[in-house]
Amino acid sequence: MTLTLGHFLSLGAMLFALSVIGIFLNRKNLIVLLMAIELMLLAVNMNFVAFSHYLGDMHGQVFVFFILTVAAAESAIGLALLVLLFRNKSSINVDELNALKG
Amino acid sequence: MDIKTGFFYLFAALLLFAAFRVITARNPVYAALYLMFAFFQAAAIWMLLRAEFLSITLVLVYIGAVMVLFLFVVMMLDVDVDSLRQGFWKHFPLAATVGAVIAFEMVAVFSRNIRLPEPVVAAGAAQVSNTKELGKLMYGEYLYPLEVAAVILLVAMIAAIALTLRQRKDTKYVSPSDQIRVKARDRMTVIDMPATRAGEAPVAEAPPAAVEGNKA
Repeated sequence: MTLTLGHFLSLGAMLFALSVIGIFLNRKNLIVLLMAIELMLLAVNMNFVAFSHYLGDMHGQVFVFFILTVAAAESAIGLALLVLLFRNKSSINVDELNALKG
Repeated sequence: MDIKTGFFYLFAALLLFAAFRVITARNPVYAALYLMFAFFQAAAIWMLLRAEFLSITLVLVYIGAVMVLFLFVVMMLDVDVDSLRQGFWKHFPLAATVGAVIAFEMVAVFSRNIRLPEPVVAAGAAQVSNTKELGKLMYGEYLYPLEVAAVILLVAMIAAIALTLRQRKDTKYVSPSDQIRVKARDRMTVIDMPATRAGEAPVAEAPPAAVEGNKA
């Protein structure tokens, strides 16, 4: 039994599903929400790398590189916002972020 | 089952376990550490896929930088875990349903006999460096997007600093330029005061100029 593309895509799908469950479960904890988003990006990158390998096309890996860049920028700004939020509200509970009355 | 498949299943199982612990860990510090573990397993799987450069990048950038940032923030914030865990499992049935549907649909599609490509290995691929090929693409065809990515990183850095930088209002500090420019006459002011004799009651209404004015 050799590895096929389906193995890697299935792994990516399971990882993505797990992070969706994580977003449901940790709907109050902003830090773990950010971590679940990182896991989702990892699942997507897994698919890109797998396709890149099985199609023999390097462009997929370039795309993963750019996704990594944007994800790093996103988490840096997200964590900065988190620190700012904690400084102002002394809490990171998503339920208490109702200043916009949305 | 060759050894590569065995390694894949090992890494995949550890990756899914780590991901599960990330979303269920009680302490956010543990969640961050398990997320590091998950990234490491993913890097190993990418190594199996012969994406060496991205694999090492994942270890360096994610485990080395982003996760340290996460840990730093998690430890800096004094989070009340118990209030955040309230009703943690309340939506679990719905979440499990959604997750199972997502995973099942995708796996069902991939495990059918749809035409998935077989690995394409070019002749002499073992001699070609993955990093070199990626570098040729990034600094050739993708040069402009690469510059944009660099600008995005710069913007992220400046934004993170600008968001968290603050002037503390409760600190006392001196202004060096004011200190340098000060003159001797700013330091001391000579004022006139009427002399009072011993035994005599002091003047009832003292002139306001008698109050010592010390500018500096």
